Amino acid sequence: MIATLAFYLFAGILLVSAAMVVSARNPVHAVLFLILSFFNAAALFLLAGAEFLAMILVIVYVGAVAVLFLFVVMMLDINFTQLREGFQRYLPVGATIGVVLLAELVIVFGGWRIAPGSDAHRFAPIDVAVENTRQIGNILYTDYILLFQASGLILLVAMIGAIVLTLRDRKTSLHQVVSKQVARMPADTLVMVDVIRGAGVPADHYLRPKVAPVAAPEAAHDSHGHGGHH
Amino acid sequence: MNWISALPELVLACAGMAILVFGVLAPKNAFRLASMFTIAAFLITAMLVMGGTTSLGYSGLFSSDAFSQFVKLLILAAATLGVIVSLDYSEHENMQRFEFPVLILLSTVGMMLMASAANLMSLYLGVELMSLSIYVLAAFARDNLRSAEAGLKYFVLGALASGLLLYGISLVYGFSGSMNFADLSAELTSASQASTGVTIGVVFIVAGLAFKVSAVPFHMWTPDVYEGAPTPVTAFMGTAPKVAAMALLVRLLSGPFAHLLAQWQQLIVLVAIASMLLGSLAAIGQKNIKRLMAYSSIGHMGYALVGLAAGTPLGVKGVLIYLVTYVFMNVGTFACILAMRRRGRAVEGIADLAGLAKTDLGMALWLAIFMFSMAGIPPFSGFWGKLFIFQAAVTQGMWVLAVIGVLTSVIGAYYYIRIIKVMFFDDAAEAFDARPASLSFVAVAGGLFTTGFFLFAAPVEAAALAAAKVIFG
Repeated sequence: MIATLAFYLFAGILLVSAAMVVSARNPVHAVLFLILSFFNAAALFLLAGAEFLAMILVIVYVGAVAVLFLFVVMMLDINFTQLREGFQRYLPVGATIGVVLLAELVIVFGGWRIAPGSDAHRFAPIDVAVENTRQIGNILYTDYILLFQASGLILLVAMIGAIVLTLRDRKTSLHQVVSKQVARMPADTLVMVDVIRGAGVPADHYLRPKVAPVAAPEAAHDSHGHGGHH
Repeated sequence: MNWISALPELVLACAGMAILVFGVLAPKNAFRLASMFTIAAFLITAMLVMGGTTSLGYSGLFSSDAFSQFVKLLILAAATLGVIVSLDYSEHENMQRFEFPVLILLSTVGMMLMASAANLMSLYLGVELMSLSIYVLAAFARDNLRSAEAGLKYFVLGALASGLLLYGISLVYGFSGSMNFADLSAELTSASQASTGVTIGVVFIVAGLAFKVSAVPFHMWTPDVYEGAPTPVTAFMGTAPKVAAMALLVRLLSGPFAHLLAQWQQLIVLVAIASMLLGSLAAIGQKNIKRLMAYSSIGHMGYALVGLAAGTPLGVKGVLIYLVTYVFMNVGTFACILAMRRRGRAVEGIADLAGLAKTDLGMALWLAIFMFSMAGIPPFSGFWGKLFIFQAAVTQGMWVLAVIGVLTSVIGAYYYIRIIKVMFFDDAAEAFDARPASLSFVAVAGGLFTTGFFLFAAPVEAAALAAAKVIFG
């Protein structure tokens, strides 16, 4: 009873938020509704007993994909009102195509008959005693470990390829070389300047940059012996 | 679970990742060292392949047998020679980045997976791993517009071919209920048993793989990609991947789909005839030697498919021997093409070879040997490859196919021998730059193999026959 109630609750919110995804005027709101629909779909998976898929949906789709969408929507700054301008004009054509597709679907599903012996095969022969996370793990990491690792290699090649083909070391780009900074001594860049006795020492007067004079406060700071921040 | 059956692949993949990390951490440019390590990894892997046992591992996804050993050794030899010919060129053309040998290595892992595939899924992943690396390699000279174009063209068309392949796999799975080669061959025991769905699936799979071997209706990318890609990549692309894809076609059609011979035979015959015709006719007008080699490789794949069309162990033996001879003469020819460098700039025109015999007799002789061999003139290895292929076709009573093959190789001989004429009888052009030792080594190795093949043909033939018998069970 409670399960049925929960199902209709989650399914209802899922449908409403999915409709909002396509109808919301503000693209950011649309993405937020998408996240809501992902959560509800995950809840439906939980009800069906597929807890692994539910968690994956939340982690991968909500955690990564939807957030990525959000960033893209915010950064691209697409003018969605402009995109919708032709809506009225193309409505008749679009609606006609939609009706035709719907009619075809009705015909297909109307003529759909299930083969007599197929009931026995309807569910994958799974062991009810083993929870599905473990089952997926068995398939991925035991039966198909070779394919899993080969896919990993393919992704590695994709990564190497992207870096090889796009990464450029520009001459103008500024790099920080930490070892050089730490090894830098005051004597490398600063000179001793004679000071007149008894005349007092101005704050910036005992160590000076060797070539071009830099701003005075910086030179004074360097003189304290840890000239490491250039 | 049998980990050991894939030991060569595991070692090679781990070596690849180690070389990658080494290249990233090395203080200086590590191209040369990374290439040396890659060659060493290939040699170690070849030793492991030779010491391998016959076994079916990884829940029936991976099979290690005489056939896969034969093919893997050939692939490793081709890849090793491919790395060697890239050494000098990469440094001249300012593409000496350590990722180059690493990508060749990873692509080789994919090819070895293809050679050992015992399931449609491992077949597909092997093909993708191989292809993806080669797409990147084709675009490796990224500042060169033609190289980038070659990479993009190959990638887009390759993705289409992958789509066809996957569609075929899904049809076969849907209509037969299994992706395992052993199950498929147990189920499909007669032509009448296979539903139309399976047949259509096989056609799509053949189309996807025909793209990889650049057989005729799916060859359009070959000349442009061969011409645009950096020459060492073309040399690699023209040898090892062709071997792997051809081996996969052989294993698939003569293994699980062996009893559907009537269905796929006409298809392969058609593709073979079209490839042989196009390979010999379209190459005649070419002025760029890389384009010429592209059409030549299309023709050679057509000849190899003749052996497959025969559908007998004898035919598969012919295919394997043909591939062996093809790899060595092709890589030798590319070593000569890579040595065509004038005042530091690479040249690719056939006219640039004019009078080579007067300026560099050694190179002209080796190139002449390769051209004679490709034309199929005895006693060079190309002749023996064609002999075994046509023998298998004639034994099966496929006279038309054999006659067309002989006729097209006569037509093809025209453009191969024209190159020899240009080298020996035309007025000498300006001499090429001094050849680097690496290219001379590969040219001499390929040349010696091509010339002396008839001396050690017997053990190769015996190994090829043993490999072919594994496929037919």
